[in-house]
Amino acid sequence: MKSSTNAAALALWFGMHCLFGSCGVDAEAVPASSIPAAELLQPEVLAATLQSESAPRPLVLQVGFRKLFDQAHIVGAEYAGPSGDSAGLAVLQKRVAKLPRDSAIVIYCGCCPWSHCPNIGAAFSALRALGFRNVKVLYIVDNFGADWIDKGYAVTKGG
Amino acid sequence: MWHRRRVLDMAALFACLGAPIVVADTPARPLGTLNTIAPDFTRTDLSGRPLQLNRFRGRVVLLNFWATWCGPCVTEIPVFSRWQHRYGGAGLQVIGVSMDDDEALVKRFVAKHAVSYPVLMGDAKLGESFGGVFGLPQSLLLDAYGRIVFRQVGEPNMEALQSQIEGLIRVR
Repeated sequence: MKSSTNAAALALWFGMHCLFGSCGVDAEAVPASSIPAAELLQPEVLAATLQSESAPRPLVLQVGFRKLFDQAHIVGAEYAGPSGDSAGLAVLQKRVAKLPRDSAIVIYCGCCPWSHCPNIGAAFSALRALGFRNVKVLYIVDNFGADWIDKGYAVTKGG
Repeated sequence: MWHRRRVLDMAALFACLGAPIVVADTPARPLGTLNTIAPDFTRTDLSGRPLQLNRFRGRVVLLNFWATWCGPCVTEIPVFSRWQHRYGGAGLQVIGVSMDDDEALVKRFVAKHAVSYPVLMGDAKLGESFGGVFGLPQSLLLDAYGRIVFRQVGEPNMEALQSQIEGLIRVR
C-alpha cells in the first residue's frame, strides 16, 4: 500500500515535471539552488563520516553522468543517474524503492558547477516526493575533480 | 629518495611473497597537465570518419569535452563553431568530445546546432588518458607540437582563450 502511494506520488511529481516542459533531457530543469541549505553536506564532513569506524555509513548515490562515475567515484558509492533525464530518474527510483523512508542517503553529482548542475536538484526533488526525509546533498561547488579528488578524499573507479 | 627506494623494495618483497599490494586507487592526475604532450588517441567521429589527434600536429587544437545536458557547454559550442570558421584556415582545429551516453542524442544536437567541427564520443578510458575528466565543460588548447598550453575545467574566459588561440596561430 505504502509503495503504491509512493509510486503514485512519483508519477504525480513526474507528470508535473513534464507538464512544465522539463521532462527528458533538459539541463537545469530543477535548479540546485532549490535544495534547502540545511540539507547540504560539505565534502570534508562526508569524507570524515566515511572514514569514521563508528559513524553509521549512509547510502551514497552518484546521480550524475556514467562516464564520470566510471573514471572516479566516492568509495562505496553506487551509480543511480543521471537524474537530469527521465531514464536516469527511473534508475534512482528503482534503487531506493524498497528502502525505509528514514534511510540515510547522500546524493552527489559534480558534473558541472553547482549552479549549472542538471541532475542534483532533480534527484533531491524526486527523493523528497518519494517520502525520503533523511537525504543530504553533497555540496560540490565546482566539480568532482576540484572539490573531492584534488582535496585527497578517497575515490575508486569502475562501474 | 631513500623513502622512495624503501617503498619500491617493500613492493618487490610483497610481490615475491605473492601478497596483494594495496595501492590507493587514485586517478593519475599528472596526465594531461600543462606543458605535457597531449596523449594521442584515435576514435571515429560522429560522421564515421577516423580521427587521430596526432594527425593534427602542426595545427593549434582546441579539445573540448562537453555534454548536451551541460548548460555552460551548450553556451560555448556556437562560439567554438564560429572560431572554427574564422581561424580554421589559419591553423585552428576544434575537436569536440561528448561525454554523453546517448550517441543518437549527440548527433541530433550537432545537426541542430550546425557544429562546424568534428565531434566524437568520449568514454572513461579517454578521460583517464587525460588525467580524468571530472567536470564539464573542460577545454584544452594544444600548440602545434601537441603540447597542452591551456586547460580549464568550467567556463573559460572566452576573450582570453581567443587571444591565446590567435597568438598560437601567429607563431605556428
